[in-house]
Amino acid sequence: MTPKDSDRDPKELYQERVERIADTVALKETDRVPYIYLTRFWNAKLADMTSKDTMYDVEKSISSNRKAIELLQPDAFGAANYAYGQALEKLDYHPLEWPGGGAADDVCFQYIDKELMVPDEYDEYLFDPTAFYLQKYLPRIATGFEGLKHFPNFPTLSEWNIIYNLRAFANPELQESFKTLMEVGEMVDHSMTKMTEFIKEMIEAGYPMAIGGFCKAPYDHIVDFLRGSKGGMLDMFRHKDKLLETIDKARLLLNTNVVEGAKLVGCPYVFIPLHWGLDGFMSPDQFNEFYWPSLRQTIHDLIDAEMTPVILWEGDCTTRLEFIGDIPPGKAIYWFERTDLHTTKDVLGDVVCLRGNVPPSLLNTGTVDEVNAYCKDLIEYVGKGGGFILDGAASITDEAPIENVVAMAESVRKYANK
Amino acid sequence: MSNEKHEKLVNLIADMEEDEALTLTQELIDEGAEPTAILDICRAAMDIVGQRFEDNEYFVPELILAGEVLDQMSAMVKPLIADTTDEEDKVDSGMVLIGTVHGDLHDIGKNIVTFMLDVNGYNVIDLGVDVSPQAFIDAIKEKSPEIVGLSGFLTLAFDSMKETVEAISEAGLREEVKIMIGGGQVDEQILNYTGADSFGLNAMSAVNQCKEWIGEAA
Repeated sequence: MTPKDSDRDPKELYQERVERIADTVALKETDRVPYIYLTRFWNAKLADMTSKDTMYDVEKSISSNRKAIELLQPDAFGAANYAYGQALEKLDYHPLEWPGGGAADDVCFQYIDKELMVPDEYDEYLFDPTAFYLQKYLPRIATGFEGLKHFPNFPTLSEWNIIYNLRAFANPELQESFKTLMEVGEMVDHSMTKMTEFIKEMIEAGYPMAIGGFCKAPYDHIVDFLRGSKGGMLDMFRHKDKLLETIDKARLLLNTNVVEGAKLVGCPYVFIPLHWGLDGFMSPDQFNEFYWPSLRQTIHDLIDAEMTPVILWEGDCTTRLEFIGDIPPGKAIYWFERTDLHTTKDVLGDVVCLRGNVPPSLLNTGTVDEVNAYCKDLIEYVGKGGGFILDGAASITDEAPIENVVAMAESVRKYANK
Repeated sequence: MSNEKHEKLVNLIADMEEDEALTLTQELIDEGAEPTAILDICRAAMDIVGQRFEDNEYFVPELILAGEVLDQMSAMVKPLIADTTDEEDKVDSGMVLIGTVHGDLHDIGKNIVTFMLDVNGYNVIDLGVDVSPQAFIDAIKEKSPEIVGLSGFLTLAFDSMKETVEAISEAGLREEVKIMIGGGQVDEQILNYTGADSFGLNAMSAVNQCKEWIGEAA
């Protein structure tokens, strides 16, 4: 029987887990490899709910999270809360299809790849991103935002023009948007308030948070939410200077408030999932021109502010390993999806804490013995000397059989160093 | 390629010089160049682009730009020619039916594979995203492809791929087609799980697999 932590003092456990992770990030050897997870809807499966159930009922979302945390006893938890179904519906949010909103009840949400800013609008974004968002971008992504196109552009006004332009607030479309947004605001507030209470409950039960803030690689943000994948790639050739200028601007905008937010919740881990910098999607030269410099700057800025960036390198990033070690040692977590962690340990083991990467294929379709063997190998090789956090390559996939996930979670105790 | 300008145009396309390539295309059209000669130039350029992609000199952005240039050149040339289209040329080529499996809306990987198969001369029929097993079966019956490509980015695609392969078997069509899978987290284990014939990690492996199964396209 693998020993569990259930009977120990939660405060002591909390401190022990916080220190275990901090020491691991600092590349020190610890009593055992930590286990952390994030998930989307596996919790729902565990609690015999559909994905839709947890998207439309925050209490169900919370109870399914609680069940997962108590079962897996992670060293830190990422509360999966997507209980914003009603808010998304009310807003009529276009970039996403979700369980209950265009997608089946038992699947994950999916973003729709689309061009939401045309190349000619780079200058508008660069000149005044707020005006561009209010007047053009937001109305494109949700019906509930449409009236905002009438919102006065105050910095362009002076003297009595400020008063004259208040007439915009008599516009029925703007008023309608405000009404919608006030309702949506209440819905989001309800969900987040409940989830905040739950997070406190879990902290008191001895579980630290895995994520205190969220940020994006600037190029990813431009591709994912402005230009679309095709536009973002073509702009490397057609609008190179504007793209680079926008990457710089987006970096400054995206980093605003991240540190303050993380400090407010008392968790230094800032999650940055990467989408377009992986092998195959762009050349090493393109990576070093459009992707890595701004991301590297973000990582450095976060570290300077005493945050710990948690970078999820999606896909295979083997050819990137020679470049991405250029960060302060022992200050960040690199979570790899398909990149071989043995190789990565050899290349980056002295620089950055590694995390991953039990494959989704194994978690979803393998046996418990196979999961155990895989985790044992990771713990023994990648975990040697410290600097490794065990997790799934894509954390816990929604479809993974419960026994396989439990095997992964327990393996850190089963194959502990000491 | 005997004509110096033709050779130059091939290189401009292959070197991602979009504006210059389109200007020269217009110049050639104005000079009375045979439209079919321009289409031959496109094919020659795409051979180079495909080779550079295979050699890891080019990546997805170059493929997308090359596709854009080709589309624009085709649009410039098409009004000048009777419709002896590529589709007819490709009737004797290998036919590949491709789609993103049920429940998954991602299409970037599928589109890249489709593009690379297309420029390698295969007749590709793209069923789009969120394609049900029945839609694959209907299309196999109607089009009789040699190869079916199942794409998926999300992990839910593992089961959708398995269901699709099983449905194709149950419809009595499994012996008629080779099935390849790819995208996202697909690997050897998922190949075994789904019962497909092959998996690939990128667009070139899809092209090479098609070549292995049905030979070079016409």
